[in-house]
Amino acid sequence: MNIKILGTGCPNCQRLEANTKQALEELEIKADIEKVTEIQDIMSYGIMGTPALVIDGEAKISGRVPNAEEIKELLEK
Amino acid sequence: MNIFYPVQIFADWLTYSVFGIAQKTLLASAVNFFIFDTIKIFLLLAVIIFVVSIIRSFLPPEKIRTILSSEKKYFGNVLASLLGIITPFCTCSAIPLFLGFLEAGVPLGTTFSFLVASPMINEVALVLLFGLFGWKIALLYIASGLVIAIFSGIVIGHLKVENLVEEFVYKSNQNGKLSLPSLTWKQRTDYARSYTWEIIRKVWLYIVLGIGIGAWIHGYVPTDFLARYAGNGNWYSVPLAVLIGIPLYSNAAGIIPLVSVLTEKGVSMGTTLAFMMAVTGLSLPEFMILKKVMKTRLIAIFAGIVGIGIIFTGYLFNLILGK
Repeated sequence: MNIKILGTGCPNCQRLEANTKQALEELEIKADIEKVTEIQDIMSYGIMGTPALVIDGEAKISGRVPNAEEIKELLEK
Repeated sequence: MNIFYPVQIFADWLTYSVFGIAQKTLLASAVNFFIFDTIKIFLLLAVIIFVVSIIRSFLPPEKIRTILSSEKKYFGNVLASLLGIITPFCTCSAIPLFLGFLEAGVPLGTTFSFLVASPMINEVALVLLFGLFGWKIALLYIASGLVIAIFSGIVIGHLKVENLVEEFVYKSNQNGKLSLPSLTWKQRTDYARSYTWEIIRKVWLYIVLGIGIGAWIHGYVPTDFLARYAGNGNWYSVPLAVLIGIPLYSNAAGIIPLVSVLTEKGVSMGTTLAFMMAVTGLSLPEFMILKKVMKTRLIAIFAGIVGIGIIFTGYLFNLILGK
């Protein structure tokens, strides 16, 4: 599983990262979280708001910080 | 019947009974004003930001981009300006919006309409205008902000300045695709709640300071004190107000309460509106960030057109509204 957090390093991006880590731990999934911070790379996923969460190449969250529960649902799909 | 009547009763009770300040003194007037305005503004902020956030959860920028990329000239400018009202804007979101729109084929003029309306007409400014100036001024502000955004976008669209946008903007590269799941109501309210908190946490200190200083001026500075400098008679008051407004963006939340009191002391309404539009619509940090995606000349054109629009609005309302 490939997980990317898109964002330029704002506080919300860090919260999204923390929630994602928590979701991964609770589901006992081993996956690396990759951070994408260059604006051109961020834009290449089609999103227009940060932070954003990309799971296996698909942008699932844009412009908000979901809680760990919601991320767990996205990861299980 | 005023829905804020209970707040006034509470403010009276706190001022006269709890603090024991004698009625009809300057201190009482200032304290009462401060308590009433602060409570009223924070109630309005909580409700309005929450409602706007819920609406926004149905219209994220990704969806707005799809709508705008298929709209024709003129109507696209109007739609972009209207959609700009509900979109939050901070300088950090300027680049993603700008890039995302242009990559998707939204015309440059339409993109600029959005870029002007989004920061100028935002929910925090509207709450402060409505709460401190009344709904008429708030509506005037929205209407003139929309006109400026539509007009600026149309002018920039006609100037054919696409060559002043950095080249990489039009080269879209794709690493992944968009598949945002639709939200449940719980997720929408969660988002709205956390966003409301985030904004209130960010602006509360400025607002309290603004209202506080405003309350002091309200109580202690004689009426019409500023009329000589910033009243209707001075031709240069509007452009001067606009120039002063440009570097003040980050403190917009504190400046509006302050300015609302200055109108009591003789600053004319058109000048006040122009000043507030300059504070929200022309922001120095935003210009710096936009340099990454466009040539300085385009930023100057953009700022120039919006600036002229604001100054014109200021004169117009000074003329129509009198004082």
